[in-house]
Amino acid sequence: MAELKKEDLLKAYRTMREIRDFEERLHKEFATGKIPGFVHLYAGEEAVATGVCMHLNDEDRVASTHRGHGHCIAKGVDILGMMAEIYGKKTGSCGGKGGSMHIADLDKGMLGANGIVGAGGPLACGAALAAKFKGKGGVAVVFFGDGASNQGTILESMNLANIWNLPVIFLAENNGYAESTGVKYNVPTPNIADRAAGFNMPGVTVNGNDFFAVYEAAGEAIKRAREGGGPTLLECKTNRFYGHFEGDAMTYKAPGEVKQQREECDSLKIFAAKATASGLVTAAELEAIDKEVAALIDEAVEKAVAAPNPTEADLLTDVYVSY
Amino acid sequence: MSRKISYKDAINEALSQEMERDGSVIVLGLDVSGGSGSEGQKSDAWGGVLGVTKGLSLKYPDRIIDTPISESSYLGAAVGAAACGMRPVVELMFIDFLGVCFDQMMNQAAKFRYMFGGKAVTPVTMRTMYGGGFRAAAQHSQVLYNVPTHIPGLKVVVPSTPYDAKGLLIQSIRDNDPVVFMEHKALYAMKGEVPEESYTIPFGQANVVREGKDVTIVAIGRMVHTAGQAAASLAKAGKECEIIDPRTISPIDWDTILKSVEKTGRLVVVDEANPRCSMACDISAKVAQDAFKALKAPIRMVTAPHTPPPFSGALEDLFIPSAAKIEAAVKAIL
Repeated sequence: MAELKKEDLLKAYRTMREIRDFEERLHKEFATGKIPGFVHLYAGEEAVATGVCMHLNDEDRVASTHRGHGHCIAKGVDILGMMAEIYGKKTGSCGGKGGSMHIADLDKGMLGANGIVGAGGPLACGAALAAKFKGKGGVAVVFFGDGASNQGTILESMNLANIWNLPVIFLAENNGYAESTGVKYNVPTPNIADRAAGFNMPGVTVNGNDFFAVYEAAGEAIKRAREGGGPTLLECKTNRFYGHFEGDAMTYKAPGEVKQQREECDSLKIFAAKATASGLVTAAELEAIDKEVAALIDEAVEKAVAAPNPTEADLLTDVYVSY
Repeated sequence: MSRKISYKDAINEALSQEMERDGSVIVLGLDVSGGSGSEGQKSDAWGGVLGVTKGLSLKYPDRIIDTPISESSYLGAAVGAAACGMRPVVELMFIDFLGVCFDQMMNQAAKFRYMFGGKAVTPVTMRTMYGGGFRAAAQHSQVLYNVPTHIPGLKVVVPSTPYDAKGLLIQSIRDNDPVVFMEHKALYAMKGEVPEESYTIPFGQANVVREGKDVTIVAIGRMVHTAGQAAASLAKAGKECEIIDPRTISPIDWDTILKSVEKTGRLVVVDEANPRCSMACDISAKVAQDAFKALKAPIRMVTAPHTPPPFSGALEDLFIPSAAKIEAAVKAIL
């Protein structure tokens, strides 16, 4: 925690709170039937996106997953635009043409949430290759789950990143479930990070519910990548508080599993306890952020609901740059 | 100044001139240099499996990048780099290998612009070899240009001559959309007039290769030349064929095709691909819908049969559309 100043801690907490409240609110709104399509919530995993993206700037690229809202928020994508996008509105980040699984903001270095599991690995390698040509120390991060850890694209990309010495961080978000299938069934090694040895790169496993553990490990990996030291596989073990998608009854989880995780492994609670214990921030300051974020999410939903739909003219545009 | 060079050398020259002009152009692919990490020659050992990129790694050592045999990762890396300001030309050695990496073309490159609300620019050129005649059998001979053509967001270019190959490849590299550039392996040695200087050919402009009043033949890629042989033979019998080479099939120049059919009243489409859901079907359907009244006879399609490409030369020669088959199709509707 030594290098984190008060404003850093407040910023990290705000980001994590934004992600949590965004997702909790989506869970409620989805149940009313007003939100179209497939929605995959990131609640429970906030410390991962936040701990990593705190080290990144707009020139650094992130390739995300179908569970991408947290990565978008942590990378600085506008929350009002995100909410409108999830509602399918013209004012959304992508004009209502992408939806929850495809939110992107290239100006912020967010290469997009992605509906194809594992597809971000090659894209991040390309972003890192571009950064290497630019020569300004840019890095790329690919977030992927324990499910995607078994996709050929991820394994091929780890190989490619190592032989080309690319500034990529392979960020495995191990929440224990590939949709409904447990990681113990899908992954033969104790840790996903163990696979790093096969590609001759550092592999690290940390508690993904602890912002400070993620922040420290990601900081080392990103620093190494910026300095030309090549890729790292960083595994963050975490939990998702909701189903694979909204509407998933989670019949595969043990009775009380999520309840226990919320009590013992809640990344916001862990953060608040450690941050206040450090004496750098007070509980009152965190509560003030809670109120501001609650108001922001209220505003996002109100504006998204009120926003216009895209029109028939929008159907045919944006397929090509030139026709 | 113009001089005669091969289709292969025209492609090489287009790459070289664009790499010279624009430092963001990089070339990635299996063996595009060749010899990387080897004990012998360090670079330019192959210059592509058929030598299309030969010599480029000596001129641009940092920008000609050999890849592992991992098509998904390196094709996707080209797509990602394109979305981040580079202008990559990535080589998929054979279009048949699309099976292992299609996601990065179909769901990533093709979709970015639309699903990100018009904000993404992905100027990647995906060069690939297609077509029969090499006795290369079912997994190295397919004609799959109809597959990317089906996907909105991709452009598809099918040059039939050295001149078109150079001008269309330069246009592909400069274009800000993802382009699939299809090179027929049996055309690499073909020679033709090509200007030394750089030039572009716009997409969506068909070439009327031969003018005629009796029948319109739309032929794609290598089939343009096979159709030319048929037309020459038919000309001896006094039958005038108009041959149209679309040059790009996404976008495609419908106007030139429709105008020709309105003039001739007859259409034969020659497509080296399998017949179902093919460019032959696509072009036939368009003409049937938009120029039905002009038609004096049924449309004919000359295609490969609905089989994989065979190995034996005795079979492959029957599989690939021939000048005799095109001639028979024309005679059947005249």
